[in-house]
Amino acid sequence: MASVALHRVSKSFGATPVLRDVSLAVQDGEFLAILGPSGCGKSTLLRILAGLEGCDSGTVRLGEADVTDVPAKSRNLAMVFQSYALYPHMTVGQNIAVPLQMRRLSTLQRLPLLGRFWAARHRAIAEDVARVAGPLGLGALLQRRPAQLSGGQRQRVALARAMVRDPAAFLMDEPLSNLDARLRAEAREEIIALTRRLGATVLYVTHDQAEAMAMADRVAVMQEGRVLQVAAPQTLYDDPASLAVARFVGSPTMNILPAEIGADGALVVAGTRLALESEARGAVTLGVRPEALRIAAGGVPAEVTRIERLGAEAMLHCAVPGIPETLVARLEPEAAALRSAGERIALLPVRALLFGRDGARLPLRALHPECALV
Amino acid sequence: MSEAAPATPRSGARPGARAEQFAAWLLALPAMLMMWAMLLGPAVAVLLLSFTDWNFGDPEIPWHGLGNYLELWGDRVFWISLRNTLVYVGISVPATVVLGLGVALLVEGAARGRAFYRAAFFLPVASTLLGMALVWEFMLHPRVGFVNQAVALLGLARQDWLNDPDLALFALAAIGTWQNLGLAMVLFMAGLQAVPRDLYEALAMDGADGAWERFRRVTWPLLGPALVFIMAITAIRSFQVFDTVAVLTEGGPSKSTEVLLYTMVQNGFAFLRSAYGAAITVVLLVFTLLLTLAQTWLLDRRTHYV
Repeated sequence: MASVALHRVSKSFGATPVLRDVSLAVQDGEFLAILGPSGCGKSTLLRILAGLEGCDSGTVRLGEADVTDVPAKSRNLAMVFQSYALYPHMTVGQNIAVPLQMRRLSTLQRLPLLGRFWAARHRAIAEDVARVAGPLGLGALLQRRPAQLSGGQRQRVALARAMVRDPAAFLMDEPLSNLDARLRAEAREEIIALTRRLGATVLYVTHDQAEAMAMADRVAVMQEGRVLQVAAPQTLYDDPASLAVARFVGSPTMNILPAEIGADGALVVAGTRLALESEARGAVTLGVRPEALRIAAGGVPAEVTRIERLGAEAMLHCAVPGIPETLVARLEPEAAALRSAGERIALLPVRALLFGRDGARLPLRALHPECALV
Repeated sequence: MSEAAPATPRSGARPGARAEQFAAWLLALPAMLMMWAMLLGPAVAVLLLSFTDWNFGDPEIPWHGLGNYLELWGDRVFWISLRNTLVYVGISVPATVVLGLGVALLVEGAARGRAFYRAAFFLPVASTLLGMALVWEFMLHPRVGFVNQAVALLGLARQDWLNDPDLALFALAAIGTWQNLGLAMVLFMAGLQAVPRDLYEALAMDGADGAWERFRRVTWPLLGPALVFIMAITAIRSFQVFDTVAVLTEGGPSKSTEVLLYTMVQNGFAFLRSAYGAAITVVLLVFTLLLTLAQTWLLDRRTHYV
């Protein structure tokens, strides 16, 4: 396994910039998820790493080596495609054997009939295929064609084909997006367990933040061809670098409250002075996670519009005069049971993040011990 | 109704079922009549005609049993004709498939001008072969023809392509290939476009991006359905070769380009031996039917992976 790094990579398709000056480094043995909405350039980034796509400027490094101009087949990277890209005319066993055949056999030895003269080599490959297929539950399916397999089985064949040789790193492009919810959760566990055991370097592209947060050591959030932040999942959630990251990570999304900071530094939201202050002045944005909104005196007056009771928790949707977006507070089901739609309450942020007009994070201080601010 | 009530008489199970069935047949009747009259009827008529001894203009149709087929069996010209047709098909089908695939790969790989090349290669398919035969007659002319001028430039001996019994059939097969090439190319291009791009990318990641490995491991196997279809349709078209023979060689010299359809036309229309011509047509139909069956069988069993 090896480290993988992109340095100041840019790429345009015609006049459309897809990647703008992207730098990203993955440690040896690290599981890094690239998270972003569709069209943010995350797949292009992976394809540039793989060598399937060239970049307009910048460098790609694999371990110590600069591989920017090395073709895909010589980079020794394994890729799991969203479509799995299994060869439909080959059996499962043949599919998994292809990377080994290409690396261990000469052109002559790969020929259909002549190849039989090197039976020992072909046998060794078959043994390696069986060794990888067994633990993935594919042992009994080696003679089947991909069309005869279920989605989950196909996904595991794609994994097996990637794992059968010792690649420098695994590149996975939304490998679970074609599975149903239950299978996806299983496959998630399976991929984590397998890559941990191999100590593998993994780049995992996904648009599903739950998947990224659950699987990765670190997550790189991408938007419009830029990497906004690279951090551990919890850091990304608690300490986002910008409003864009804060809004993209977390479900339900973070509450956005337009706020004003007066000359004295105190924060005013919808006419209510909160016990928060900052060095910044003027119009700012306060971000509050749903679980950081409490019903308490001294908060912002609001009206309950709807209550979503989800079993383990409940979402209180509230309207605040002067704030366009509905605020969502996450409550314990017991607390929510006491509330009803149309009720007037006061919402107090106990943790909050402050963002400037450009979306950058600003420091924020709490004036009250109840508020534990980040 | 339900199986739990076996005592219920069957006819009472679904009142109106019979009327419904009758209505269904009634509604299907016009389509079935048309199908029999327009598609299956003529084939059956030809088959029946081949068992008679009817000549065009005869007032009555005498039954002849297998007489025509027995005569065919002993007819030297028929055997020459059958052999020539098979040789013609045997040359023109592989040549069309190989060249068609080659041209399709080249055009598909072209950076630009794809539409132009596609149209250019398709031109012979769209134009009438009778018109183009004029051009070929000129091209293959022993003295002024382009082909012989090119041959002479290469330092080889000039040939009388259409009048040499050893060469005429091959010259016609070349013209047939030239005509069908565009069709094969267009069908191959459609097949190529159906090959998923990510299979080539998976192959590159697996360690192979050379043209040969790409072709052998992905392109060729995935072209299977297109290949079988193209072979069948080219073979059927080749079995029906007639127009070039009729205008360029008239079956000669010394029957060297006598083919089934030409023999049939001579018997059926020139000599007015309609029933004998029908028997030859039946032979032709049998070959076409075998090809179609082989194609269906191959398509179903061998080349559909997904």
